[in-house]
Amino acid sequence: MTVPFLISQVSSPEIIDRIPGAYDHFVLPFCIGMVFCLCWLGVGLVRVLANLSSSDRKDLLLSFLNPKILWKDIKDIFCDCLLHLKIWQRKPLLGYMHSAIALGWFLLIVLGHLEVWLFAPRHLYLDNGALFYPIFYRYFIWMNPGHTTLRGSLFFFLMDLCLLYVLSGIALAVFKRFRSKLLGMKHTTKPSLMDRVALYSLWGIFPLRLLAESFTADLAGGSFLTLPANALLRYLFGENLYFLPWWWAYSICLGLFFVSLPFTRYMHILTEPLLIVMRNAGIKVRHPRKGFAEAEIYACSSCGLCLDACPMNVQKKNLRFSSVYFIRFLRRHNEKKINRIADKCLQCGKCLALCPVGVDSPAIRRRQRAAGNDPLPFDYSALKSPVPAGGEGKVMYFAGCMSHLTPRIIKAVLEVFRKAGEEFVFADEDGGICCGRPLMLAGKDRAAREVIEANRKMILESGCTTLVLSCPICLKVFREEYNLDGIEILHYTEYMDRLASRGRIIIDRKAVSYVYHDPCELGRGCGIYDAPRRLVEASGELRKAGKEGDESVCCGGSLGSLTLNYEDRGKITAGALENLLANNPDRIVTACPLCLKTFSDATPGVPVVDIAELVAGDTV
Amino acid sequence: MIDFGFHITPSGTLNLDDVDQKTVDTLSRADYGFRTCIACGSCTASCPAGVFSETSVRQAILSVLNGKDEKALRLLSSCMLCGKCLMVCPRGINTRHLILSLQKQFEG
Repeated sequence: MTVPFLISQVSSPEIIDRIPGAYDHFVLPFCIGMVFCLCWLGVGLVRVLANLSSSDRKDLLLSFLNPKILWKDIKDIFCDCLLHLKIWQRKPLLGYMHSAIALGWFLLIVLGHLEVWLFAPRHLYLDNGALFYPIFYRYFIWMNPGHTTLRGSLFFFLMDLCLLYVLSGIALAVFKRFRSKLLGMKHTTKPSLMDRVALYSLWGIFPLRLLAESFTADLAGGSFLTLPANALLRYLFGENLYFLPWWWAYSICLGLFFVSLPFTRYMHILTEPLLIVMRNAGIKVRHPRKGFAEAEIYACSSCGLCLDACPMNVQKKNLRFSSVYFIRFLRRHNEKKINRIADKCLQCGKCLALCPVGVDSPAIRRRQRAAGNDPLPFDYSALKSPVPAGGEGKVMYFAGCMSHLTPRIIKAVLEVFRKAGEEFVFADEDGGICCGRPLMLAGKDRAAREVIEANRKMILESGCTTLVLSCPICLKVFREEYNLDGIEILHYTEYMDRLASRGRIIIDRKAVSYVYHDPCELGRGCGIYDAPRRLVEASGELRKAGKEGDESVCCGGSLGSLTLNYEDRGKITAGALENLLANNPDRIVTACPLCLKTFSDATPGVPVVDIAELVAGDTV
Repeated sequence: MIDFGFHITPSGTLNLDDVDQKTVDTLSRADYGFRTCIACGSCTASCPAGVFSETSVRQAILSVLNGKDEKALRLLSSCMLCGKCLMVCPRGINTRHLILSLQKQFEG
């Protein structure tokens, strides 16, 4: 008995070239679009690489030789560009939509090429139509009836399955365009004219592919999707289907998409892998427009998830200051708008936390600010940072400017030190120099460097081994810019959490419910979410806020914004309070002097306390 | 003009009609709150740079209003933009924006 399904035993070919020259004029629109797009991308890539500093270029090159980074590159590209895991985690329907289009299309391309490689390998050479043949494979072939193998049928099935997968994503995308709220997005971006051209052609590509392949399915084969469609078409239009117009339409749609692609948000499809590779190589933004920033700008998918994320958007008029529009205007070189938007931002980092591509727009905004503000004059010769005596081997407490504005925090921290029996020195008891973070946020980098050096010298000379800070703004810059080798830098919540876990302080639990506000610089800035929560849970019941963790809402007091006025800040504070009071807690507790002051000033109706006060008060 | 016998010493004379209002206009555009300053001095009292140098937002605002831009600039040269003045201002004046705008005007 013969086994008809095994390829080795099939004598006559499964696939016969229907068009001997393997060419038809209809492939031209697609080819023109593809060649144009590839040329444009090539030039763009060279431009990005040319604008990198030589050390960055070296880092990028070395990253390809490091197997660890290379593996991370591959993993990130697969998870972020194809599967879109980041969107899946937050909004499953949106995640499905994106992965259906991205992964589905990718699989169609890969399987299409694999099919050609298996059945008509000579067409994978450039002089034999490699550019277009695998895309329009079904047009060029004729399936030899009675000789179909299991392998061939499997491909037919897989191709139809992938097409269905993509089509389901496209259907969701069309639905989202009109009813974004149902997919979990309150605001979406307004597409530009070119975006619309690309969008509608993208919507058209896959239904047209289905039609084109259905029209030829009786000749070139098909599966569960295309064969019934073909039967239906033959029932409707007769046995001899005139299929060429559909292949033309499919090709034109593809061509239109690729020609418009470089001028639209869909550039993110091709730029994101570049961004991932550069980011994993450790490259940072140095210029608001060129080099790495350009890769970030083109990698922005303009999806608008940052619109709902931005705390400023409690007022609709502030939508225009969102990251997505900042990036759009950077791309259009609209200087006036760029500066206005760059200065307005609170630098809370929520847009970055929620960005599915990970475009660090807060950093680009800081670079943009630095372009204007770094040359501004300053004179810090009079400022002093006296070295506290007797700090050798001890804990140093640095309160920072904002804690001096809320002395209740300082009092509470000192109380905890006393109760734990810790020997410490107080660095800026009689005043000190600012940590430098506010200057960095304002783009005055040279000035920031000077205050950082002054403080750094003081800390190193004191001989302390642990540095405890009560302001997350200070903490961020101390950890990232100070290079205090050998000195442990802790936020007081981490420090107190450690004291509690080692039994040096015992916190008495009271019957009070709290909601914890994650300060931007502590949570998203330094990644500290658990230590403060453990402390709060030790003192009472911890209730959930509407949005918390890396989605917490800025209190509105942020020093990140340079131009936001008092009234607008008040609206943000009110929005943040509404979010915090969602589950009716008895008290709001936070871990940042700036948040404490902002919330207290807004008189939310429930007391606002700092974790240090909580711990100091409840420690027995 | 009737001579009542009072005199203004020439060194203390300040003719606001002769003062260039450009800086005042720029700062008013930057933050209109600038005009609402009541010179309470909360900003100066809370200023960390003020501990070591003659840094005073209050005096700087008064100086700008009196046309003494150079003095205002000097009074703010040690500013570290820490934002304490912004937090304590009873009129909600965006002092950091004012300081940057003032410095920017003279830089440009």
